[in-house]
Amino acid sequence: MFLKDYFVTIYKSVGSLLKGMKVTGYYFTHPKEIQTQEYPDNRATLQMFDRFKGEVVMPHDENNEHRCTGCQACEIACPNGTIKIITKQELQPDGKKKKAIDTFVYHLELCTMCNMCVTACPSDAIKMAQTFEHSVYDKRQLKKVLNAPGSKLMEGVE
Amino acid sequence: MSLLGEPELTEEGEFVINIGPQHPSTHGVLHLKVWLDGETIKKIQPHLGYIHRSIEKMSESLSYRNFIYATSRMDYLSAHINNQACALTVEKGLQIEAPPRAQAIRILMAELTRLSSHQLWWGCTGLDLGAVTPFFYAFRERELIMEIMEETCGARLTQNYSVPGGVMYDVHPNFQNRVKDVMKQVKSRFREYEEALTGNVIFEQRTKGVGYLSAEDAISFGCTGPTARASGVSCDIRKWFPYDGYDKLQFDEIIMTGGDSYTRYMVRMEEMKQSVAIIEQLIDNIPEGDFQAKTKMVIKLPKGEFYQRVETARGELGVYIVSDGAASPYRIKYRSPNFSNLSALSHMATGAKIGDLVAIMATIDLVIPDVDR
Repeated sequence: MFLKDYFVTIYKSVGSLLKGMKVTGYYFTHPKEIQTQEYPDNRATLQMFDRFKGEVVMPHDENNEHRCTGCQACEIACPNGTIKIITKQELQPDGKKKKAIDTFVYHLELCTMCNMCVTACPSDAIKMAQTFEHSVYDKRQLKKVLNAPGSKLMEGVE
Repeated sequence: MSLLGEPELTEEGEFVINIGPQHPSTHGVLHLKVWLDGETIKKIQPHLGYIHRSIEKMSESLSYRNFIYATSRMDYLSAHINNQACALTVEKGLQIEAPPRAQAIRILMAELTRLSSHQLWWGCTGLDLGAVTPFFYAFRERELIMEIMEETCGARLTQNYSVPGGVMYDVHPNFQNRVKDVMKQVKSRFREYEEALTGNVIFEQRTKGVGYLSAEDAISFGCTGPTARASGVSCDIRKWFPYDGYDKLQFDEIIMTGGDSYTRYMVRMEEMKQSVAIIEQLIDNIPEGDFQAKTKMVIKLPKGEFYQRVETARGELGVYIVSDGAASPYRIKYRSPNFSNLSALSHMATGAKIGDLVAIMATIDLVIPDVDR
């Protein structure tokens, strides 16, 4: 009886193995069904989705103007202090003083890509860029200043 | 005597080995101290704390909008469901409800998360038990779901898509077509899954009768999710305490009574099909309207205690917030499913062989960052 069971088990195992091998064999003979991206080689053509959260950027127009008023809503919305905004008082043509940004510091090494700053911004000054591969050899390069040198506030943005 | 007070060596012939924290079958930094008699396990003591990031304490200094992002890092395979649980708790405190469209989107995302989580589990179970090919098949379909997540939420794992009052932004215009496409593919692959692993004699012999957990023990250890449902305990939060409109949907709670590793495997395989059924019911019926209810810029909960439970891919997640009326919580406690499920491991594995421990651990489906938080 024991011997019979032993051989029945072997027979069944071989059967179930062949059943599994049928699935793997199908893919072995149908290489077109394989869905692999050859990643580092397709870097030039790789397109990320338009909502992909790569890093925070501040778009500037052709006159080197941005939309950031320095209200610091993003700094408050950020959960872990990734954004630091240093403001200054700028003299307006009519003699009044107005708050403006001096430097918009963004720590990419701290950022968790939670998108809270972008949704908090009242004037759409910052957005998420679809970049990837952020690794560098020196971590100081990850501390970024988002406003371009010499840039100023776009007119009409309050 | 060691740090925790357990004797290092007890009887002659008995010895202690450490599995982990760097071991391929523990899926993360789980450290198990195993007392052995020959090959038979006498006792297991899990050692925790290797990935403790104090998410609960950290949340006490963050606002009610900001603490949610950290929960994606708890059970990273059901990240969206964790975010949803926190958002629901805050909504409970504010006494508002997300608009119907937001609720439908949340359920769709939660079920996609559950599906992808179970697929990863299926692949890793095969890998742990010596079958390498299922891993690649599972990741092939999981990648399609990850692409849905990436397109709509902007991230693959740590989405941070649920916010108090609804979801962060509306679904991508391409969302419905892509989900329908993926569901068609996923459904056709279930047969492949079953042929490749379920019926395999080697797999059956390694899991059938291994790691038995009775219904009484499952309740007394506080097990939830597929681990408890395989022992015949009805504990699906989606059925018992419906949230976000699960009560309007038609789906079955999978309950089986085997209690062993094979039954836990079968429960998860059936749950995948139920998730597909939920998604197919909802994908054509997403209500029109707002995706986010209006909330104040700074959320302040009234004084009191708020508790909300949800069903993640691994069991019941409870979020407990104590508020003193300020803009950040006074205390947050997460009741995580993996912590309770892990506590049953020693009971299940006692008397089993050391090779069976891998099968038991694989079918409990542990995620260690959720145990430590």
